[in-house]
Amino acid sequence: MAGIIGYGAYIPRNRIRTDEIAQQWGREPASIRAGLLLEEKSVPGLDEDTITISVAAARDALARADVDPSRVGALYIGSESHPYAVKPSGTVVAEALGVGPEYHTADFEFACKAGTEAMFVALGLVESGRVEYALGIGADTSQGAPGDALEYSASAGGAAFLFGRENPVADVLDAVSYTSDTADFWRREGEYYPRHGGRFTGEPAYFKHVLGAARLILERTGIPPADFRHAVFHMPNGKFPLSVGAQLGFRRDQLETGWVVPTMGNTYSGSSPTGLAAILDEASPDDLILITSFGSGAGSDAFVLRATERLPEVRDRAPTVRAMLDGSRRYLSYGEYAKYREKIRMNS
Amino acid sequence: MPSPRYTRDIPARYRLDAARCSACGHVALPRRTICSGCRSQDMEPVRLTRRGTVVTSTVIHVPPDEFTTEAPYAMAIIETPEGARLMAQVVDCQAEEVVPGMELSLEFRRIRREGHGGILCYGHKGVPVRRHEA
Ligand SMILES: [Zn+2]
Repeated sequence: MAGIIGYGAYIPRNRIRTDEIAQQWGREPASIRAGLLLEEKSVPGLDEDTITISVAAARDALARADVDPSRVGALYIGSESHPYAVKPSGTVVAEALGVGPEYHTADFEFACKAGTEAMFVALGLVESGRVEYALGIGADTSQGAPGDALEYSASAGGAAFLFGRENPVADVLDAVSYTSDTADFWRREGEYYPRHGGRFTGEPAYFKHVLGAARLILERTGIPPADFRHAVFHMPNGKFPLSVGAQLGFRRDQLETGWVVPTMGNTYSGSSPTGLAAILDEASPDDLILITSFGSGAGSDAFVLRATERLPEVRDRAPTVRAMLDGSRRYLSYGEYAKYREKIRMNS
Repeated sequence: MPSPRYTRDIPARYRLDAARCSACGHVALPRRTICSGCRSQDMEPVRLTRRGTVVTSTVIHVPPDEFTTEAPYAMAIIETPEGARLMAQVVDCQAEEVVPGMELSLEFRRIRREGHGGILCYGHKGVPVRRHEA
């Protein structure tokens, strides 16, 4: 059976508080925090992007798996902030990891679902026997337009998962995808910031597809929600994943470990994958885990995993998500944030 | 146009691929075929650990135009446990915190952008190790 044999995550060290953004636009901080359940979010450094985040996360995945990088036969990165419009992120990342030249790579895009797409395809290639090991990575340095609601959530980070058939830290019991053509959120070629359909992003987009994929995989595996130890759903804000979890019949304690959004923000393609990494940091052998992503446009991927005896043995080979969230941080003013996110127009 | 030198230096910049002299132990980054210490041609490949110590450092207050938004920032000569030395920026801290003896991890970062439409250049920078260790 194929499974995850190594995992890693990376969250930049800069943060901005919800209050700081709210005050900038004359909004009431307490009501924004209560409405979105967001305290702060990560901000990439001036020298950090989807490529550097992917390298950091994938290095930790390889360290936990203890696999020679030259045996990795495929590497996929899902992101909506690939640094190049034309030229893959994957080639830079593979070269930095020591993967290749005998490997297959592609950059994926599907709004916030691109990371689990990369995982879905990496898993499939390993299951088919086409490659021995495959990396699936989700990473983003997302942007929200100044003053838009997305500005409170759009953050930076990512996670990487190495799939293989031997010595898994988590077996993959099943994987499904649930997709329809839905225009809830988009960015046209050449536009700088994405646009969204406001309230239309909720019921017909996020909830329909997350519920669709999660119900499908629960039915296919025959495992009731109560039997899972952990579940994580895409986290565009603090509220949606708790709400969709409750609708599916999950208790709050099953959602707690993967619910990293209040202090991380929405890392888009890295969102539910980083939640999964946080779960693997804590899970015990035989724990059942559900992850369901969501990408606007719109679709969801879902995976059911079972942690193995090996998981606790490899965990300490790299930093945990919690250590990155709660460790040394640097808080930015809105002015510094605008500079870091290159929202200030310079003479060049 | 990307410089041919950038492409040639990718193994050293991306993976810290160096060479160690079997005769005198000198470690060269990027790899060399002849030891700069003893002229021996017996150089073996070695991949450096992504750790280092600040040997000496300086704070750049008036940077080249393309680094204007980053000033002030620290540049340091960093020595890895293998004895290789490299010059790199030290980031994710206040520039004046960077002092000789400081322990660093070497992280993969974007070094520069070649103008508005040129290639993106990547490599390693130092980050104080206290970070990420909660
Ligand atoms: Zn020598």
